[in-house]
Amino acid sequence: MAEREPIIELIGLGKVFESKNNYVKALEDVNLTIYEGEIFGIIGLSGAGKSTLVRCINYLERPTSGKVIFNKIDLSELPERELLKIRRSMGMIFQQFNLLMQRNVLQNVCFPLEIAGVAQKEAQKRAYELLKMVGLSDKAKAYPAQLSGGQKQRVAIARALATNPKVLLCDEATSALDPTTTRSILELLREINRNLGITIIVITHEMSVIEEICSRVAIIDESRIAEVGDVEEVFMRPKSKIARKLIFSGVNHIEHFEGEDKCRIIFDGRTSFEPVIANMVLECRTPVNIMFADTKDIDGKAFGQMVIQLPEDESSKKRIFAYLETHKIPYEEVI
Amino acid sequence: MPAIIAKGILETFYVVLVSSFMGYAMGLPLGILLVVTDKEGIAPKVSLNRGIGVVVNILRSIPFVILMVALMPFTRFVVGTTLGPNALIVPLVIGSAPYIARLVESSLKEVDHGVIEAARSMGATPAQIVFKVLLPEARPSLIMGAAIAVITILGYSAMGGFVGAGGLGTIAINYGYYRYQVNIMLVTVVILIIIVQGFQEIGNRLSKRADKRL
Repeated sequence: MAEREPIIELIGLGKVFESKNNYVKALEDVNLTIYEGEIFGIIGLSGAGKSTLVRCINYLERPTSGKVIFNKIDLSELPERELLKIRRSMGMIFQQFNLLMQRNVLQNVCFPLEIAGVAQKEAQKRAYELLKMVGLSDKAKAYPAQLSGGQKQRVAIARALATNPKVLLCDEATSALDPTTTRSILELLREINRNLGITIIVITHEMSVIEEICSRVAIIDESRIAEVGDVEEVFMRPKSKIARKLIFSGVNHIEHFEGEDKCRIIFDGRTSFEPVIANMVLECRTPVNIMFADTKDIDGKAFGQMVIQLPEDESSKKRIFAYLETHKIPYEEVI
Repeated sequence: MPAIIAKGILETFYVVLVSSFMGYAMGLPLGILLVVTDKEGIAPKVSLNRGIGVVVNILRSIPFVILMVALMPFTRFVVGTTLGPNALIVPLVIGSAPYIARLVESSLKEVDHGVIEAARSMGATPAQIVFKVLLPEARPSLIMGAAIAVITILGYSAMGGFVGAGGLGTIAINYGYYRYQVNIMLVTVVILIIIVQGFQEIGNRLSKRADKRL
């Protein structure tokens, strides 16, 4: 990753929405570098500013301070006409797909080519290739209203790739889809990244999406970047409060367990699928209470996390920590 | 008598269709301009937007009968007379254009903002957004609006009867109102009802056929 070229650099990016009696800071001093060919995640709660951030990257929203450097070009210095051209090298997909409802699938995929002035024949040829790639060749003449959510997003992806962009911006692209469809769309994005070398920026509020496909992640909270790093690193050792909150999303009831110390055990895939907790209980001769578990089995390796309640006496606690350490299982105390 | 009514029907069709066509020639661009220059629009120009809005509202506030009389000098200047079908077309166009502009505006505003954003993300110019996104996406709604506009113009055209403009309105007023020939008035009214039903039905069908959302 080190020798990779940066493709997008955000320097001191800020965005303020101002109206008569309203002043909203949507982004403040955002600094990020995204490298060519990576899948970069931006996660935050709704209202954190992530949608504004992605719209500043392709200048759909003009930042009020700071710079966006795309492919060594400072976008703030470009006249509107040049910006229109630049946008063609940044495809974008959306939560609500945003297909043209009065055009069929083929015409939708041809649309950006039409805008770019590509001849119809050539555009259609390209559109058919893309539809084949997203697995929808047989739906070319269908209208969006006849497609399922997942199919619509596939059309949107084909459309976004029509002009051979260098970057694909995904704004909550799977948030309107069910888990199975989400997985298949993420798989498609991964393929696109691998086969075409397109840099992908994924905006989401779901940690699972980040885990699934991203190599690096930025966590945005209250208009600022709270934390940036490799996904594994951030997941295992979250530094910011918001990172913990997002990793534990859906587990906010943890605070309700009062008193005792808790410990978060991380399954990072290096541990093979063995009954870790059961072995630990047997070996340490002390019961633990599992308060939260979210693990999955990927190719026989365990990924995910568990929160256990630690016994009160110090010696049992020490035995547990020693066990975890000797078995090289990452953990941290949660207070 | 049937000959008079047949002539009236033809005159009414002539006046309504020509006025609708010319009304759209003026109202459609105005409606597009209202949407595009809106402060949330694709090329915001707030003062221009307000200016057009005020003119549209003023023209829409004037009752058609009064507008028709007030425009007589202008009508004479344009078509050389204030009588007959051609003279009625002038106030009808001017009276309906602002109404059509609002109809077009509301149809175009129905287009999903996300689709416009998607087009912008592909580098579409405002003109491309208007002609390749807004108008085609709003097509079913625009057609429904056109049916409403044509029917409204038909209603206005009947008022032309008071100034001797010809058409079914004149027959209804001259025979039915001034000469108390209730049966003739009823016949013209029934014919008008049938025409209105016909236009609405055509509008519904065309709109449905144009709509790919099923």
